[in-house]
Formats: sequence, C-alpha cells, structure tokens
Amino acid sequence: MKREIPVAITFIVGTAYLIAYFIPHKPFNYFENWFNDWFAVIAAFAIWLGVLNLIKISTIKIFQKKPDWPYSVLIIISFVIIVFFGFYEGYKGLYAHPSYSFRDPGTSFDWLYVNVYTPLSATMFALLAFFVASASYRAFRARNFEATLLLLAAFFVMLGRVPVGDILTSWLPHQYQLSQWANWIMNVPNTAGQRAIMIGIALGLVSTSLRIILGLERSYLGND
Amino acid sequence: MKRNEVITVGLLVFLVFILKFIIPKPVQLSYTVSMITIILLGLVFVYILIRTLQGRLIGRRVVFLLVGISLSLPFFMKLTLNIPVSPEVRSVYDALQKLPPGSKVLASFDYDPPSAPELQPMAVAFMKYAFDHGLKVIIMGLWPQGPQQADQAIQSAFKAEPSLKKKIKYGRDYVNLGFQAGNEFVILRMGESFKAMFPSDLNNTPYDSIPLLNNVSNFSNLDFCMNFSAGKPGTAEWVQIAVDRFKLPVAAGNTAVQAPMVYPYLNSHQLVGLLGGMSGGAAFEKLTKKPGKATTYILSQSFAHTVIVIFIIIGNIAYFSRKKENK
Repeated sequence: MKREIPVAITFIVGTAYLIAYFIPHKPFNYFENWFNDWFAVIAAFAIWLGVLNLIKISTIKIFQKKPDWPYSVLIIISFVIIVFFGFYEGYKGLYAHPSYSFRDPGTSFDWLYVNVYTPLSATMFALLAFFVASASYRAFRARNFEATLLLLAAFFVMLGRVPVGDILTSWLPHQYQLSQWANWIMNVPNTAGQRAIMIGIALGLVSTSLRIILGLERSYLGND
Repeated sequence: MKRNEVITVGLLVFLVFILKFIIPKPVQLSYTVSMITIILLGLVFVYILIRTLQGRLIGRRVVFLLVGISLSLPFFMKLTLNIPVSPEVRSVYDALQKLPPGSKVLASFDYDPPSAPELQPMAVAFMKYAFDHGLKVIIMGLWPQGPQQADQAIQSAFKAEPSLKKKIKYGRDYVNLGFQAGNEFVILRMGESFKAMFPSDLNNTPYDSIPLLNNVSNFSNLDFCMNFSAGKPGTAEWVQIAVDRFKLPVAAGNTAVQAPMVYPYLNSHQLVGLLGGMSGGAAFEKLTKKPGKATTYILSQSFAHTVIVIFIIIGNIAYFSRKKENK
C-alpha cells in the first residue's frame, strides 16, 4: 500500500491535468482547480519541511562536532533571530491601527532584511565576477574550434552589451558596431541553441511524465 | 583564523572607517583625473601582459584586486556613456507606451536579494514609469522575498520622486498581494481566480475590500504583465501558462545569466520584450528619460567586462606565444 497509494494518486492527478489541458470545461476544469489548490497547500508544507530539515541537519552537526560546526550554530542563531522578529512584528502589526505587515518598511524584520540579509546574499552573488575574471585569465583558451567560437561569442557579447563596446567601434558604421554583433549572437546562434535544448527537454519531460503517470517510473517514491 | 585573513579583515574595517568618517561626502573625480586613472590602469595591464609573456602568470589575488578596483573606481568618476538600446528593451517600452492610463498591470517579483543589484534598478524604473503614467499595478511574488523587493522598489521610486508619494495611494493605484507557494500552479490557478490564490493582500486586507481589485477576477481583466525573474519559477513559467494558455501579454526583466534562455520566447513573439541584466535596466532608464541606479552601475559593469576581456586576451596571447616557442 505504501507504493500503490502514491502511484494511484499520481495517476489520477496526472490524468486529470492532461484531460483538463485539452478539454478546459466542466467537470475537468474543476478537478484542475481543486488539484491546484492542493498543490499550493502541499508547497506551503514543503517550506516547513525544509526548515525542519535545516534545523535537524544543523543540530546533528553541532552535537557530533562535525567539520565547520560553528557555522551551524550561526545558522540556528540567525534562524531564531529572524523568526522571532517576524512573529513579533507580525503579532504587533495584526493588532495595530492601521494594521501592518511584518515586512513593511520600518519594522525590525525589514531592518534585518535590508541591512543584513540583502548585503550578505548580494555579496555572495557578486563574488562570481572575481572568480570569472580569474578563470578567464588562467583557463579560457582558444585550444580548439569549439573553444574559439565560445571565446569569440564571449568577446562580442561582453563588450557589446555594455556602452564601452560601441565606444571602441564608434569609427565603424552603426550596423557593424559591437552592440549590433552582440544582438545578432543573442538572436540567432544563441536562440537556435536554446531552442534545441528546449525541444530536447520538452520531449524528455513528456516521456518521463507519461512513464510517471502510468506508474512505469517509480524512482521518485524512493527505495523504502 | 590565519594571520593573512586577520590582516585582510583589518584592512577592510579600516577602509570602511575611512569611507564612513574621514570622507563622508562622495568623492567625484574630474574628467581629466578619471582619464589619467584609466591610463594608469591600462599600464598595469601592459605590465601584466609582459609578465605573462615571460611565462610568469600573476596571482589570483592580483586578479581579484584589479577586478575590485575596476568595479569600484567608476563610482567616483564623472563619465557619461551612451547606453545602447537593444530592440527587446525598446519593445518593452513601446508596449508600456501603448497602455492608456488606468490600465491594470500585474507585476510579478520572482527574485530575491542575491539578484537584486541587477533586477532592483529595473524594477524601480518600471514602478516610476507605471506611477507616472497612471498605470494600476498589482504586485505579487512566486518567490518568498519578491513582495518585499517590490516594497523596496516602490520606496526607492518615492524617494527619487517625492511628488509620486503624494499622488499614489495604496489600494487605489497599487496593491501588494504578497507571496504564494506553488510555483507555476499559482499562475495556473490565477487564470481562473486571483482570489483563490490571494484571499487577502500583504496587510491581511480581504481581497474584496481592495478597490483596485474590484473588477479583477482573473487574467482576462488585466492589460499587461511585467515579470522580474532570477530563475525558476519565473519568466518561462509565465510564458508557458499566462501567455500560451490565457493570452496575457507578458514582458520580462531578467538577470544577464538567465536572459539568453528567454530569447526563444522573444523571437516567437510569446514574450513582448526583455530587459536583460544591468544593461537592459540602463537602456530602459534611458528610454524613460529618468536615469537611476542602472545608469550609474552600467559604468562599473563596462569596466569589469573590459577587464575580463583584457584578461582573456592576455591569457590567450601568452598561450599562443608559448605554443609557438615550443614548436
């Protein structure tokens, strides 16, 4: 029953969605709406599952003194602080006149979001620029035909997408300036490649989905 | 902590101290000083080229330092660049221009703070444009942090143009419905009923009590949708469901990394237009004639891109010269 019930649910829901896509009328659209509402509820629970999982993994790491365990202490402390201020402001806002959200500008939660969370996470993303520069100097070589194509595309797009590209080629007619080359690369070779990837993914998705709906593919149920 | 790390942290704290207390006012380098700085930077790269040709690659930290300098120096320079406007950015602007005042526009904020430096400036520019032209904006998010980014964008728009703050009223001119879990299923359900997914707004005001939403029950009551996205769920999901199934015109603002993946939707006219990365945001600001943060940041990005391209060229010159020597 542990495997049969999930397979049956998958079959019923998958088939209902499939039919509702081609026949979006009563009663199939009702089934679709019903399952959409269910999905929203399940997705909300998945957030809780993620949170509990994070706490569990971090706590185990701390108690077993695994490598880098102090970072897990930091995770738990940060989590408790942000949750505390979220609930505190949410509760206060609910009974205030006029009521406000815990995320509204001026709340302590918003202060943490703007002054701690935002700069820290933006910094992590910004580090990419430094690593890309280092990698491009040490490893980005025109070793063969494919690498040369990639290198030329990078050259035209990186310079063509910023104003400096047109400054460097300002002596050329407008249609030959770097921004125009970048536009061509994005619209023609890039689009062709992306379409090929998209079609491949779509075909794979259709076949995998059908296998899941029909119960032929059961790896998503795990090994229990 | 190693000794080197302590020194680095100490230097950073010292730098912040200098910037905050010793030089509290922003420094602005004149045009001549800016050009001299650029020439000096160029000379450093000539030195790196010579060193690399001799087979002595420069260290990782020097590369990081040069990228850091090239990113931060432009903030102090008084240079203006002519920003190129790509056809896809112009399409977004043209589509917005066609909307009469009072049109209802859905703005989905599907990103979080890591992508904010790239997407926030275009979101602010969009908000300024929408409020200036009397468009009614319904905000939502498929990412938990999205609605808060929207709030920040609105506050920035009000700060940049204080007259907007007096003119624009919450509930009448814009509303923030908040985040809803469920990825693309949220879009699918909204095609039938907005209220089913958002029974109240971010402040817990019931859906039916919000004047702006009086006649809005699904996508058929909207005129346009602007999606700011940094990944999944994002633009692809909006195109596949809101555009293909419910025929809602959608334009997108994407990070530069994500933009190439969206081009097939542009060329098939499923997507009205695209603001790709910082350059897309800067071009949109140029079209709206209201330069904002994207216009400032694009100078930094220009420098960083140039530095990376120079590094690629130097690395390859050294590679080919050594290959020739070995032969």
